Amino acid sequence: MTFEDIRAAAINEWDSLEKSDQVRIYLGSATCGRAAGAKTISDELEEELQKRNISAVITQVGCIGSCYLEPLVDITKPGKPRISYGNMTPKKMVELVDDYIVNDNPRPDLALGSIGEGSVEGITDFFQTPMLKSQVRIILRNCGFIDPEKINHYIARGGYSGLVRTLTMTPDQVIEELKKSGLRGRGGAGFPTGQKWEFCQRAPGNEKYIICNADEGDPGAFMNRSLLEGDPHSVLEGMVIGSHAIGASQGYIYCRAEYPLAIERLKIATDQMRKYGFLGKNIMGTGHNFEIVIKEGAGAFVCGEETALMASIEGKRGMPRPRPPFPAIAGLWGKPTNINNVETWAAAAVIMQRGWEWYSQFGTEKSKGTKTFALVGKIERTGLIEVPLGMTLRSIIYDIGGGVLDGKEFKAAQTGGPSGGCLPQSNLDSPVDYESLAAAGSIMGSGGMIVMDENTCPVDIARYFISFTQGESCGKCVPCRLGTRQMQKILQRICNGNGEQGDIEKLQKIGETVKTGSLCGLGQTAPNPVLTTIRYFRDDYEAHIHDKKCPSLTCKDLIRFYILPDKCQACLICLRNCPAEAILGGKRMIHVIDQDKCTKCGTCFDVCPKKFDAVVRVTGEKLDVPDEPVPMLAGKA
Amino acid sequence: METLNLSIDGKEVKAKQGSTVLAAALDNEIYIPSLCFHPHLSATGGCRLCVVEIEGYKDYVPSCTISATDSMVVRTSTPQLLQLRREALNPILSQHPCACLMCWRQKKCGPDDICLRNVAVTDRCVTCPRNYNCELQQVVCHVNKNDVKIEYSYRNLPIDDSNPFFARDLNRCILCGRCSRVCNEIRGIGAVNVYNWGGDSLNGPFGSKPIFDTNCISCGACVSSCPVGALYFKDSPKAETETKTTCTYCGVGCGLVLGTRENKVINVYPDKESEVNKGYLCVKGHFAIKEMVHHPDRLTVPLINCGGQFSPVNLDEALNIVASRLRNYRSDEVAVISSSKCTNEDNYVAQKFARVVLGTNNVDNCARL
Ligand SMILES: Cc1cc2nc3c(=O)[nH]c(=O)nc-3n(C[C@H](O)[C@H](O)[C@H](O)COP(=O)(O)O)c2cc1C
Repeated sequence: MTFEDIRAAAINEWDSLEKSDQVRIYLGSATCGRAAGAKTISDELEEELQKRNISAVITQVGCIGSCYLEPLVDITKPGKPRISYGNMTPKKMVELVDDYIVNDNPRPDLALGSIGEGSVEGITDFFQTPMLKSQVRIILRNCGFIDPEKINHYIARGGYSGLVRTLTMTPDQVIEELKKSGLRGRGGAGFPTGQKWEFCQRAPGNEKYIICNADEGDPGAFMNRSLLEGDPHSVLEGMVIGSHAIGASQGYIYCRAEYPLAIERLKIATDQMRKYGFLGKNIMGTGHNFEIVIKEGAGAFVCGEETALMASIEGKRGMPRPRPPFPAIAGLWGKPTNINNVETWAAAAVIMQRGWEWYSQFGTEKSKGTKTFALVGKIERTGLIEVPLGMTLRSIIYDIGGGVLDGKEFKAAQTGGPSGGCLPQSNLDSPVDYESLAAAGSIMGSGGMIVMDENTCPVDIARYFISFTQGESCGKCVPCRLGTRQMQKILQRICNGNGEQGDIEKLQKIGETVKTGSLCGLGQTAPNPVLTTIRYFRDDYEAHIHDKKCPSLTCKDLIRFYILPDKCQACLICLRNCPAEAILGGKRMIHVIDQDKCTKCGTCFDVCPKKFDAVVRVTGEKLDVPDEPVPMLAGKA
Repeated sequence: METLNLSIDGKEVKAKQGSTVLAAALDNEIYIPSLCFHPHLSATGGCRLCVVEIEGYKDYVPSCTISATDSMVVRTSTPQLLQLRREALNPILSQHPCACLMCWRQKKCGPDDICLRNVAVTDRCVTCPRNYNCELQQVVCHVNKNDVKIEYSYRNLPIDDSNPFFARDLNRCILCGRCSRVCNEIRGIGAVNVYNWGGDSLNGPFGSKPIFDTNCISCGACVSSCPVGALYFKDSPKAETETKTTCTYCGVGCGLVLGTRENKVINVYPDKESEVNKGYLCVKGHFAIKEMVHHPDRLTVPLINCGGQFSPVNLDEALNIVASRLRNYRSDEVAVISSSKCTNEDNYVAQKFARVVLGTNNVDNCARL
């Protein structure tokens, strides 16, 4: 079968689905959807359809990125655009089957938007909704639209045409094309991908390897998982393209074992590729041989570092080694190796499909193309987004993310995970690209973006991240293993209210030593969260150290909860909910918190009815409230 | 082999092709402090003490991992480097007992003295088996840390003395990783490696099992490679005299240093200069010699069995008796068994004697290793 035949058959299959005269239902069934309950929805749906004897085509699709709306179900009726429904529950599912599928009422009240040609009254175009409007979905173009377990869906939407094109070109031409596209590594450091491929291609040796880094160890990041679950073929196509350009005969995908669905879909996808001759011996009749092995990692953060990752594939403990020699010269099993992030491989595939001119129109002068971000934290619309590089932090957080949760004040955004930095309000208008982030003391990283509100304490955040990196340090080099531990101890004591004069300077000094002295990227970047928070939120540190106050009201040892006697209505709600039984009081007796027993969990603060607002959180001061419950004043309700 | 010419601290030196910058410096008597480096083992660049400045390199680099090249210009002791080393040493000392290292009275104290500074016994250099033979002491001396306050606290890790010949006190471990590298790279055993993560990382058997319950072959190579007192031999009293000799346990001919006191072997160390074993020994050579040498059952002269009574004779006499008796047997009635303690050449001669002189194929050796 030639590729033209394969493609014709694939388009046929896709069209028969798209133009089918049956109802088509798309279920978001990536891990995120499943965690939100997609499975029960799908069971409910099947049952309802069966009861009513309706035949429908149900397709499991990947994640469209709107995490806050999970689980998502899309319904297309013949001749109508596709309509998305979010936050589905079994009850809503039943209603939709009755109202829309049976009775043709699309329920605009439940709908999020419509997708595709045509419009439905009362429902906006989904891609014109604020979250999607300013996104440019190139890498994620198929996620949520195709069935990731069907190679034909991918091919029908232009897939593998990049590979076909690549195979007609010489390796040098492919590398040249990538260089022109301006693509830079999406795994963290942003090294130009074409140049990296070239190093490996030029390296002496006839056995070479390529690796796809799907370790994704940053807390709060899930871009790579979503892509692998939603569109595995795009990554695999990129790898086969790379193998041709670099001259590699063996590829590895290093994926953390915590991503079982991604691994399963990769396995299905590679089997399908073999059937079509995109993988294995004599790929598409060109004589090029390439195989892919999926290697499951045990989920250590440091195993995302390239040399540690290779050690791990070799069966050793994942510990980085000094470079040089660089992996392009001596990598896996001592052979020239090229390693790229999941997203980088997928971008290479798109570039080969659509050409470098097209790709390089997105982004900025030095940072071309688009980047996916996992937008999480205290933000209205969490999710996986894709934007052209160079978009401002403000547009990402306010336009796409809908601003800070519950209308609170923006405090900081953490980019680049534990290796990145916290950017304050003053950086909101700076563009998100490699250079600007580095200038602000942060990094792009693989694309985690955590938004923090006024109640997030920067000192506590720094403590959290340094504890994370400290615990993930492999132990090999001294500055990282013990320097981060020293920093953690100091930050811990600052958060506990035992900070000492000079601690900030000590943190900065150790931080610089760890940065310059560490062996690998983990240690070299681990102090970033601490150093940037000191740089931008020094006042918070000083308040903790000198005044023993936590201005964000987060650090437990520095805050106290009180019940205001003139506001308390003796409703017993906080008293009953306190897990530490630290609240004294009774009917018509004003409640009092026993400060010795209080664990500062904040439950009373959360449960006190808004209209009373009697529980307050204070730092650095003692309120003059009764020690014992006192009777409510007469005349009060 | 091509030699390289490079400049280290302004001194023109020669180095062998393929040697690292650190090796080139050490070969030319330029000391660069280091703790994780070991000439037989792969370099890890972990301790960060051997950092140097090389012209053309952006960052300071660990000299143990960089190959020397022709006309390289290296500086090993600029003020910035000294400062970096001091900073790299600081965290090491936050996990290794350091009170005596920092104390000017160090040389005056003996193991039984009362410490004027109330340093716990577990934290004293003077009670450490490696006192004065400790690479950390040497490095501290060189880097000179006397002025900095170190936040040290005893880690209180259990001491593993399951092995009869050596003990492991990880409270003194600086995680240089030499023990695991020697066990993996030289011995091919892999009984110890790094486990745990971050500041809790330790070197030892998987799952922190006692070393005796692992596949450890008790060769003691890890102990010899330890730069500090974390691994130590149980038999380390100081010898009066040290004598170089060759191990008699087998035909390999490993070089040994026998430590003796009052004419008794009290400890054995591998001879680092021996071309045969290059500083490594097996469990027998390392730990079973003093027992064998002084064992009451050891045969030191030939014995003749006369009616159930063994009586000593000299060697010539014994040989004569054997020779005269052998004549009374046909060749297929005799067998020759030689010892694995003989050299290969001896064994060759023994089988030749059996086959050619006695005319028998009944030849064996006790080697069943
Ligand atoms: C501590 C640490 C963790 C890393 N984790 C990841 C990861 O999870 N995924 C990833 O793609 N790259 C990770 N990297 C970056 C890789 O070392 C490497 O630079 C990257 O995979 C190269 O791919 P790229 O050129 O496509 O960016 C990590 C680096 C460090 C230092």
